[in-house]
Amino acid sequence: MAQKTLAGKTVEVTDEGYLVNRKDWTKEIAIEIAKEEGIELTEKHFEVIEYLRKESAAGAQLSIRKVGKSGIVDIKGLYQLFPGGPLKYSSKFAGISKPASCV
Amino acid sequence: MTEVKETPLKKVMIICAKAAIEDVYATLIMANGAVMEGIEAKLFFTFFGLDAITKKRMNKLHTAVVGNPGMRMPGGLPFPTLLGVVPGVEAGVSAMMKKQMDALDVPPVDEFLDMITAGGGEVYACKMAADMFKLTMDDLSEHVKAIITVGELYAMSGGDGSQIIFT
Repeated sequence: MAQKTLAGKTVEVTDEGYLVNRKDWTKEIAIEIAKEEGIELTEKHFEVIEYLRKESAAGAQLSIRKVGKSGIVDIKGLYQLFPGGPLKYSSKFAGISKPASCV
Repeated sequence: MTEVKETPLKKVMIICAKAAIEDVYATLIMANGAVMEGIEAKLFFTFFGLDAITKKRMNKLHTAVVGNPGMRMPGGLPFPTLLGVVPGVEAGVSAMMKKQMDALDVPPVDEFLDMITAGGGEVYACKMAADMFKLTMDDLSEHVKAIITVGELYAMSGGDGSQIIFT
């Protein structure tokens, strides 16, 4: 665990940079974390992020298949939005914990 | 002092030579997991593994209920081999496995290949096995990129951080 200042706010993050407390999340923080991974967030990114936050708050186990069936974006599109980590990065930017699923 | 040099995994070549549900899924889950981590993945299906990419068979894979010591009854008792020879038992057990995997968001084979190729994974069929089973590209899933030889497989396996995995 470490503390980090993101978008002017000091928050707790894990060693891998995921927010420890989901309520610390703001859009500005998401933009800043994404920038560190070289991704600039668009409206479409935020649609996925909002979906993940909602599902995760409801206790759902997240997977790229679920996102692909959400009607927001197909799996190919998800890879294009979050290259190199469709679920890993989207979860990180959404301020939720690192995905624990193998699919 | 020796310097420890980290070489992160960059590419996996995954070879599948068997047609049982668990063998095919081991291949697909590892390949999908790789592309989801940004690791390049190429799949090579050979011998009975070709069933997993043959249109007519890919969604009808079975698990072995005879000669499979890991097989258990619901509840955990050993699965009697003789029960496995009763018609319909293997199909029933296989259907049950697929249902349980679906609940974990593990999709059917064709959809899984869809997911893997959407992430940039590539699927190949073995030339020799395809010849042996008299299969052409027309018999194979649209996700199969080409039928290739072992030499061609090795030619695309090079580079730092590459691994060949035989499931």
